[in-house]
Amino acid sequence: MENSQILTYLLFTPIIGAVIILFMKESQTVLIKIFGLLISLFAFAVSLYPYFNFDYTNPDFQFIHKVLWIESLDISYHVGADGISVLLILLTTFITPITLLSSWKAIDKKIKLFTMMMLLLEAGMIGVFMALDVFLFYIFWEAMLIPMYFIIGIWGGEQRIYASVKFFIYTMLGSLLMLVAIIWLTVAASKNIGLYTTNLILLYQQAPNIMLDIQKWLFLAFFFSFAIKVPLFPLHTWLPDAHVQAPTAGSVILAGVLLKMGTYGLIRFNLPLFPQSTVEFAPFISILAIIGIIYGALVAMVQTDMKKLVAYSSVSHLGFVVLGIFALTFESVQGAVIQMVNHGLSTGALFLLVGIIYERTHKREIAYYGGIAKLVPLFAIALMFASLSSIGLPGLNGFIGEFLILLGAFQSQVLDSWWYVVFAATGVIFAAVYLLWMYQRVVFGTVTNEKLNTELTDLNAREIIVLVPIFIFIVWIGIYPTTFLDLSEAPVSAILEHVKNYTFNFLY
Amino acid sequence: MINEILNSITFIYPELAVSIFLLIIVLVDLVFHKDKKYIPYISLAGLVITGILVLNQIGITHFAFVPQLSAVKKYGMMTIDPFGSYFKLLVVVTSILIIFFTIASEEVIDLKERLGEFHALIYGMILGMLVMISASDLILIYLSLELLSLSSYVLAGFLKLRERSSEASLKYVIYGSVSSGLMLFGISIIYGLTGSTNLYVINSLIQGPQINLFTLSFSSILMFVGIGYKISAAPFHFWTPDVYEGAPISITAYLSVASKAAGFALLIRFIQTGFTSFISEDGYWTLIAVFDWQALLIAISILTMTLGNFSALWQDNLKRMLAYSSIAHAGYILLGIAVLSNQGLIAVLIYFFVYMLMNIGAFYVVMLISNKTGSENIDDYDGLGAKAPFLGVALAIFLISLTGLPPTAGFIAKLYLFIALIDANMIVVAIIALLNTVVSLYYYVRVLKHMYLTKSEREQENITPSIGSLVYLLVLLIPILFFGIYFTPIVEFARSCVSLLGI
Repeated sequence: MENSQILTYLLFTPIIGAVIILFMKESQTVLIKIFGLLISLFAFAVSLYPYFNFDYTNPDFQFIHKVLWIESLDISYHVGADGISVLLILLTTFITPITLLSSWKAIDKKIKLFTMMMLLLEAGMIGVFMALDVFLFYIFWEAMLIPMYFIIGIWGGEQRIYASVKFFIYTMLGSLLMLVAIIWLTVAASKNIGLYTTNLILLYQQAPNIMLDIQKWLFLAFFFSFAIKVPLFPLHTWLPDAHVQAPTAGSVILAGVLLKMGTYGLIRFNLPLFPQSTVEFAPFISILAIIGIIYGALVAMVQTDMKKLVAYSSVSHLGFVVLGIFALTFESVQGAVIQMVNHGLSTGALFLLVGIIYERTHKREIAYYGGIAKLVPLFAIALMFASLSSIGLPGLNGFIGEFLILLGAFQSQVLDSWWYVVFAATGVIFAAVYLLWMYQRVVFGTVTNEKLNTELTDLNAREIIVLVPIFIFIVWIGIYPTTFLDLSEAPVSAILEHVKNYTFNFLY
Repeated sequence: MINEILNSITFIYPELAVSIFLLIIVLVDLVFHKDKKYIPYISLAGLVITGILVLNQIGITHFAFVPQLSAVKKYGMMTIDPFGSYFKLLVVVTSILIIFFTIASEEVIDLKERLGEFHALIYGMILGMLVMISASDLILIYLSLELLSLSSYVLAGFLKLRERSSEASLKYVIYGSVSSGLMLFGISIIYGLTGSTNLYVINSLIQGPQINLFTLSFSSILMFVGIGYKISAAPFHFWTPDVYEGAPISITAYLSVASKAAGFALLIRFIQTGFTSFISEDGYWTLIAVFDWQALLIAISILTMTLGNFSALWQDNLKRMLAYSSIAHAGYILLGIAVLSNQGLIAVLIYFFVYMLMNIGAFYVVMLISNKTGSENIDDYDGLGAKAPFLGVALAIFLISLTGLPPTAGFIAKLYLFIALIDANMIVVAIIALLNTVVSLYYYVRVLKHMYLTKSEREQENITPSIGSLVYLLVLLIPILFFGIYFTPIVEFARSCVSLLGI
């Protein structure tokens, strides 16, 4: 295919940017900031190319670029994108400039290192979403750990060191398990075809033929490592620490994109590689997802710290995504994909807003605030908007995702019970409770704290520029989701078809 | 007889070169006792020559010193094969790196007067290791092991005035003597059972039915104790942390890489030559049914890595932490042997090469920093990332590689190890190794944390390494990063060196 190297250009844009920054002077902070922002905007522009040239009817990977890397193991540098990848790559390249702009003032030390880390992180995330070689996927997956470790550890809050080490070790456990699973998968597949390969597309054909006993363990190993990243209840305990301690930019990236890697992995690996086990485990995983939805929401409700509240709301929202994936119907998986984007936008916006107010007062406790609507009206409107989007108000993006997931789960033959939906739907209600309650305590009423009068100033131009693009997409997805749903339509139905082909003996 | 000896000499040029340079160093030390600063360069020259001789041997497969009395087939006391050449090359390269190491190390610079001794002893170690790698006769194995041990006892206690160094040496002697005594006991029993000290002959004899299995197992385990002590496998590792902490840091790095490599080479040769009856087409070894070597090796390796990793968690002295981490790495490498396949052997060869680079590198940075600050304590690494940017990044890369994260060569080493394990269906073992890696992550990252995340309470001047150190570190760093991304060269090299002289 012509122009098949576009994804490689996209991948290397932030890497080259980071290398150039390495040679810039530490003292030229403004230049570094502007350069970093320009690079990330350029990467966004590059990522529009695959979007506009995307062939919607083709469920296969497009823009494939393959170079043989390690001959003896048949490992290649092999990238490509289907609709799901394109969507998530766009999300990544969209969020990164926003985070860089949002941390213009908040990050005031080691700006050079920070900008480099953010760009490397971006490259790692883009790489994960386009890798079509399991080995390459693993490399990108791991490559992101180190920048994230430093972002939390250097620029985070008071407990940053604890949080960063916890984050590192938790995710490392998951990813090493994935490494074993990847090796096991490729070795087992090679015994079937007599040829060792790490090519994901070939493995799609071979993996479902592996003995079911082994497949089950492989499925669980992959699932476990992705579930840590998602994070699925009960593996979520690293998330609140990491989120609360990370700087705003870190939280936004973490919620916006990093967590999506887990759910992306489930769709890209677990479903097509181990269809039989997917169907077998789907009910159990869905139950975990629903526990996560309710648990996350309940814990969010009692938080006194705004950032923690948003962090726990992530646990709840990602429960929906996992439920959508494992309900295994077209609607639910489509809903899950769009919900990944939604969560990135609305939770990203919430973290940005919490960060904006924290920059002014250095307090995150809900109790510290009260009645700020009068002081900072623009901020109050923006927070309202983001909260409603997160709750899932019809007309905004959250509604589309959650509705599709619930609809799909209701029709699901794999789950085959409407109780799942009943319990999951309570999550929507709880979301309204904790977010609106927080909103009411922070924004409405009279000004409770006199210090706020002097501390608070309304959104400035930079912050508005940061927020407005997100809000545009929130409304866009809410009103006309077809733009985005069309992208993932072909690959989602192809994956489900693939799963169906291998599981005819199950009730499906 | 004379003919055979003369003939064999052509196969032991590297060993001969080492012996000759050993003598030259002693002589130079005697003659020029005023000015000894040339000695390191003489020993470097000797090593380069040895290295070239070893390179010439790669690909050669031959017996040396075949006794005329030997029975049906001709088996020599020494075996020259690609496998041995690989390890010899590794030992020589490590030695070269260590000589440079000592040139930069202040601990050793202070001992100008005794520099000749120091290098002569290092050469003693090298000779012991080279012979040990090739030895296929129990007597020769014992002799080379003793030569290696005696030289290293003295080197460990080389800093006479430092109490810890003497303590290290004494502990080393005591543990070493006990285990070599046990080993000798094992050798004598094996000789009593088979009437031979040649591993190949022993191999063919113990396949017969008339051997007393219990006695044979007992003696093999005694042998294993001797080797296990050399590679510091648990539960014979107790000397390691104290010796590593007390010895001069260059010697610590040397012991942790070279003498361990030689010990592993010996172990592999002992098992493969002595106990393997058959190697299948896909590279799996079938051992003579004496006792379950595989179970023993797996148990020992799991014990070793777990103990090493968990003890390293609590260490505040970086040198001691690296000592425990090297115990843990011995455990991983031992797993490669426990697979009992050529695949596993390839993993071991790759692992050792990578381990050499990253371990020496880590020790080197610790040495440079203790040259400046006089401390190896982890608290003194606070804020080092800002004070010494290059050293910080270098140490970070070495530690990340020791953890086994991509894109470093340490990852490749672990990758091949895991592939070998999983190919042999040892999934549970692989998962235990994986959990161990997570544990090790904690203490390696702890150093990163101190370097980059913790602010230093004291004001300290910047540490800028000399040009020499910079080059030295780059020489270690570049292959670590390069092979982390493109590892075909080392894999192919290891693959070509995997064959031992067959049974």
